[in-house]
Amino acid sequence: MTITKRFWVSLILSLPMLAEMILKPFGWMLPGGEYTMLGLTTIIMLVSAGPFIKSAWASFKKHHSNMDTLVAIGTATAYLYSIYAMLTKQPVFFESAAFVTTFVLLGQVFEARMRQNASSAVKKLVNLQAKDAEVFRDGQFIKLPVSKVVVGDLIKVRPGEKIAVDGEITTGSSTIDESMVTGESMPTKKIAGDAVVGATVNGSGTLTYKATKIGKDTMLAQIVELVKKAQNSHAPIQSLTDKVSAVFVPLVLIIAILTFLVWYELIGASVASSLIFAVSVVVIACPCALGLATPTALMVGTGRSAKMGILIKNGQVLEAVNDVKTVVFDKTGTITVGQPRVTNIIGDREKILQIAASLEQASEHPLAVAILNEAKQTQIDMMNVDRFEAVEGKGVRGEINGQMAFVGNDKLLENIRLTSELSRQFEKLQQQAKTVVVVGQADQVIGLIAIQDTPKKTSQAAVAALKNRGLKTVMLTGDNEQVAQSIANEVGIDQVIANVLPKDKANRFKALQAGGKVAFVGDGINDAPALSTADVGIAMGSGTDIAIESGGIVLVKNDLRDVDRALALSQKTFNRIKLNLFWAFIYNVLGIPVAAGALYFVGLTLSPELAGLAMAFSSLSVVTSSVMLNRTKISTTPLTES
Amino acid sequence: MKIIVLVIGLGLIAFIGWWFFGKHATDEAAAAVANHHQVVDVEVKGGYSPEVVTLQRNVPATLNFTRKDASSCLDRVVFSDFGINQALPENQVESVEIDTSTPGEYQWACGMDMFHGKVIIK
Repeated sequence: MTITKRFWVSLILSLPMLAEMILKPFGWMLPGGEYTMLGLTTIIMLVSAGPFIKSAWASFKKHHSNMDTLVAIGTATAYLYSIYAMLTKQPVFFESAAFVTTFVLLGQVFEARMRQNASSAVKKLVNLQAKDAEVFRDGQFIKLPVSKVVVGDLIKVRPGEKIAVDGEITTGSSTIDESMVTGESMPTKKIAGDAVVGATVNGSGTLTYKATKIGKDTMLAQIVELVKKAQNSHAPIQSLTDKVSAVFVPLVLIIAILTFLVWYELIGASVASSLIFAVSVVVIACPCALGLATPTALMVGTGRSAKMGILIKNGQVLEAVNDVKTVVFDKTGTITVGQPRVTNIIGDREKILQIAASLEQASEHPLAVAILNEAKQTQIDMMNVDRFEAVEGKGVRGEINGQMAFVGNDKLLENIRLTSELSRQFEKLQQQAKTVVVVGQADQVIGLIAIQDTPKKTSQAAVAALKNRGLKTVMLTGDNEQVAQSIANEVGIDQVIANVLPKDKANRFKALQAGGKVAFVGDGINDAPALSTADVGIAMGSGTDIAIESGGIVLVKNDLRDVDRALALSQKTFNRIKLNLFWAFIYNVLGIPVAAGALYFVGLTLSPELAGLAMAFSSLSVVTSSVMLNRTKISTTPLTES
Repeated sequence: MKIIVLVIGLGLIAFIGWWFFGKHATDEAAAAVANHHQVVDVEVKGGYSPEVVTLQRNVPATLNFTRKDASSCLDRVVFSDFGINQALPENQVESVEIDTSTPGEYQWACGMDMFHGKVIIK
């Protein structure tokens, strides 16, 4: 029989006894009196409380004890004593056994529902998965269940449809809503060559893409796996409750016996009232609240953060985040866009770009890529280059329209002089920590191009939010001091550690760790060692590829402001765990003495019924408090771009 | 009368202390390996029997949990190391696959962390 059914049975059979309790002062008595009570309670004990007693006995035989032990002993004591009292013509308290059973079951019904609620995040994620896909097979597109898709399949997605698996667009373009996986609220524009993620929703265009990852390799599957693990992980703070819950029930039983002995032997109360105090003690104690405090909050907290595209790996990370004093950032790709961009062109813009881009056409140097991107954006036509020549470490030159042209750094100039104006500009740009290249034609410098890896638009807001939180921000980079410092100034970083060789990163970390726990934010691919050295490693995802193994916290979308959100969420969750534990402990620490009659002499006692009600609601309130984590406000930095 | 009650009360306390805190043998079992697969049946009734399960490394393993206890305490089994949180409907065999690639001791617990069991991978 389900808990819900057991609850209804015991509620309905308890009602007549409740009616009598309320109407007794007005002269109404239950027809049949004690015999009716005995009958009703006996059914409750068999049907509703029976499973408690069976479970308690089964665990007793294994030298274990749990909630059921307490409920079984409490109700059985009240019931059996009442039968004895009935036979010896003393006052009975059948209703205690009946009401306690009803209340405990009521609490369990609610609690089961709440626990379901708390663990719903994974189910929601799994349900995001598309059911079928239109796959190209034997010369035509046919609908197939998603499980039949193999890597390399071409899949067609119509407007509004879900993307089935991870892949790469081959034809078509569209905007795609990726919010369900990455938490990114704005739809992303995608064209051929871009990666798509399974379970995201296609906008208005029709796409064809090639499946690259299927089954448990897809991003969604990996996120689900990680969230599952996180939700069921242990937080170190739990080791305390583990110790307490192991001895809790037997200890409560001992306290209950002592309560009885004190009332009966020392104070001289009757057997009946001494027994009521003992039963109250057994019934009010609630080890479940202690046991539920951490896992439910962890479940809701990690589930909620996953929805925002923030994957917190386990309870240990969540706890460590609370002591973080310093946040260290990698520069390239984390604070900056990671792709150098042309920021200034001195001289005739189009002509300079045309010459520089034409010369750099074949190059893959990051600076060349920056120039080519700029040329592409300004829609400049390339010119033919003859007698092309790369001068190592200096630049390139070649013949354009019969004239010698060159692009490169100032070492390429040899005996060519910059005009005083250009030379002044050159120095000014360099002071702004930009890399400057010169562009020349026929032994004459015609202009300058300044290139810089610019900070992301959100970096400044992200750093400001962390500083608001009272954290120290540090930038760690292999780049030179001048470039690093200027970027640090721009985004508001407190401290710059420049010229760091990759192998020295760990040592630099140790020095920082002397001042408290350190979080490191990096891209998860190049920064794996630093991520694992840090107390909390925060790996930034880059669009579709998430390096899930590398960080304690993984940010699915490439938004630095999520660092602050991740910290906020971890702190909120951990605080909720502490609050839950506090209430669960306080409840037992205060409830048990009151139930034992410690406040009897100031007129406060708890009947077993009230104790049962209090117990039912203590575990319910802990779970509710955890579920409420879904609603708490997470303070985030304003979304306005600065 | 009071003396008798006192003696019974103190006796009960002593019994509880001995029964729950004293050292008692736990129910252990090693898996039977057949066709490169090991299976252990675990009965869930007032705890787990067996409580300690020994598995062989690198042999795929399945634990078959059967809950024969109505207690909602035991309605889930959680392996926090493996990210497994499996509902156990009453009187129904629920299989849990264990990754045996890394030797070590892995705790499992009920949904409320009150009952525990352990997998040892050797």
